Amino acid sequence: MTIELFLQYLFAGITYGSLYAIVAIGFNIIYNTTGIINFAQGEFVMLGGMIAVTLINFVPLPIAIFLAVILTMIIGALIEMIFIRWLESPSVLRMIIITIGLSIIIREVALHVWDESVRSLPYFVGNEISSVTILGTNISPQVLWVVGVCSLMVVALSLFFKFTSLGREMRACAANRRAAILCGINAKNMVTLSFVLSAGIGALAGCVMSPITYTQYDMGPGLAIKGFTVAILGGLGNSFAAVAAGLLLGIIEAFSISVVPLAFQDAIAITILLIILFIRPHGLFGSSEAAGLKEF
Amino acid sequence: MRGPEIHDRQQQPVNKEEREVAKRFITSTLAVVVALAAMITLLISSTAAEAHDIKVGAIIAETGPAAFLGKPEAKTLQMLTDQINAAGGINGDKIELILKDSGGKKENAVSFAKQLIEEDKVFAILGPSRSGSTMAIKNIMEESKTILISCASTKKIVDPVAKHVFKTPQNDSLAVRMIFMEMQKKGISKIAVVVGGTGFGKMGNMFLNELAPEYGITVLENETYSPKATDLSAVVAKLMANKEIQAVVNWSIVPAQVILAKNMRQAGWDVPLFLSHGFGNIKYVQTGGAALEGVLFPAGRLLIADSLPADHPQKEVLVTYKNDYESKFNEPVSTFGGHAYDALMILVNAIKAVGGKQDTAMVVDAIENMTFVGTGGVFKFSPEDHSGLKIDAFEMMTVKDGKFAKAM
Repeated sequence: MTIELFLQYLFAGITYGSLYAIVAIGFNIIYNTTGIINFAQGEFVMLGGMIAVTLINFVPLPIAIFLAVILTMIIGALIEMIFIRWLESPSVLRMIIITIGLSIIIREVALHVWDESVRSLPYFVGNEISSVTILGTNISPQVLWVVGVCSLMVVALSLFFKFTSLGREMRACAANRRAAILCGINAKNMVTLSFVLSAGIGALAGCVMSPITYTQYDMGPGLAIKGFTVAILGGLGNSFAAVAAGLLLGIIEAFSISVVPLAFQDAIAITILLIILFIRPHGLFGSSEAAGLKEF
Repeated sequence: MRGPEIHDRQQQPVNKEEREVAKRFITSTLAVVVALAAMITLLISSTAAEAHDIKVGAIIAETGPAAFLGKPEAKTLQMLTDQINAAGGINGDKIELILKDSGGKKENAVSFAKQLIEEDKVFAILGPSRSGSTMAIKNIMEESKTILISCASTKKIVDPVAKHVFKTPQNDSLAVRMIFMEMQKKGISKIAVVVGGTGFGKMGNMFLNELAPEYGITVLENETYSPKATDLSAVVAKLMANKEIQAVVNWSIVPAQVILAKNMRQAGWDVPLFLSHGFGNIKYVQTGGAALEGVLFPAGRLLIADSLPADHPQKEVLVTYKNDYESKFNEPVSTFGGHAYDALMILVNAIKAVGGKQDTAMVVDAIENMTFVGTGGVFKFSPEDHSGLKIDAFEMMTVKDGKFAKAM
């Protein structure tokens, strides 16, 4: 393999990886607060993209994205309040099944609101054919946007969870809900907040990736499976780990194409997920002790 | 002795009550009978009125991955049915269109086909939109002796010929030949074939590999992408590494075909890109933007209806359909809607030809002897040819300034 080809595969892998990572981060926020996996995360990504594509007919791109993120956050809050907030100490399994149901409902509603066409936001810089040359290899500028937004999110989130009292309260709820309540933390508000946050992050992800992947009402489950794989691979709850695992999976997938046919690309992701679940269920970067304390 | 006495004493009121009940019973029975009679007469008269209405089923992928095909097909069928009925129907009989959305899934196509045949007792079925779905119901149609006019492209639908199965899109094998002929003209002999992972893609892949030697063309690389692919830059890197490749054929009906075009151009790889006739929807061009400029693909003449010379045999039908569709739905016409137009019109013309009789054998016979000027080309059916189109139905097209144009 020549250096040039190696770099091309590497950059393709980074493209895939950053898409996976940006979805995986959304999983982690809700997991950090509630201990559950929100399987409607892929739908937040879809909603963000769809709303922005609709709004761009009326307002400039940055405002459309901003409004799409805000609107999706409101939708996230409403969903949590209507379907989850009033449940009396729901079990993890019950909440997970609720999120699966929600993802189906959101998808069907989106089908009726936006129909089945494929849409996309314009490229933030340049157009469909413009590319940036790095080390003699071409890469779409939009990929750099995805990588950039992804890194910003991770840094901002880890600062938020480590250094703000709100962030610490959210983490306390995940660690031990009862103890958190005894300390005077309003656990229900924290759960709502986590849905709002992850809806916002999902929507932002949906906007930056829309020019690359296109946005369609049923894009959610495919993204959610990859994002979930990456979140598990890195170790649930850790955003840095999600990014590292996302890039790792993306790069493995990209290089796999040089040896096996493209048609097996998805099979590789699922195989890795299974192997990780068998041998390191707490993820590559997670600690087994911390995972042992969690319900799920 | 006591028993009858008691009985006697009680008999009076019972009798009275019985009479009351009987009276009520009679009146209510009468009412029911009258109502029933009314309903039956209504039913008879309505069935009498509907007896000749022509029930036509349609299995269309209005949603799902092939929605770019299915949506214009469904709209076209609806529009055309309304037009025909408003103009008095076929010899006075109205068409009753029963439209089913398969979601692009084979299983749904199979169950809808059975439902339409067994429960709705339709005279004929139009669609399905996709090759895989059509192949899945080919035998069902043949066994139940119900006419199917498919809107899917693969040659396998009519080869081997099934007595009751027809199709309107141009054969995919003809599209393959069209592409190879263009390559010969350009002096291209070494190519890569990349197809979407659908029935259409698989069949196309088969014909591309089968017919390539006939034209002295070698397929150097062969890949299949997921219909849900989000980015294909890795496979582009792999193909690009093979410096011998002179052109790429991207054979697909799913939106991901645009992603491949985009990734190729982003990587700065500018070999000629050939697409299939599964690209004939301007919405694909809109999503792909600049990346699709200059791609080559074979398609029917509907896309360039306006620029055809006035004496072209298809000119009138193409322009009429295009204007009707575009003024009604306010969106550009696509070749897929045209396939549905041809399917319904072939059925309608055949029923007209046999004097409006809903006789399957006669209508099949009429189609087999028909020459029909449609949107896809000039159809000449025969008992051996249930597709009716030759390679001249295609024109090599390109994308210029975001619009379809005839390739130079």
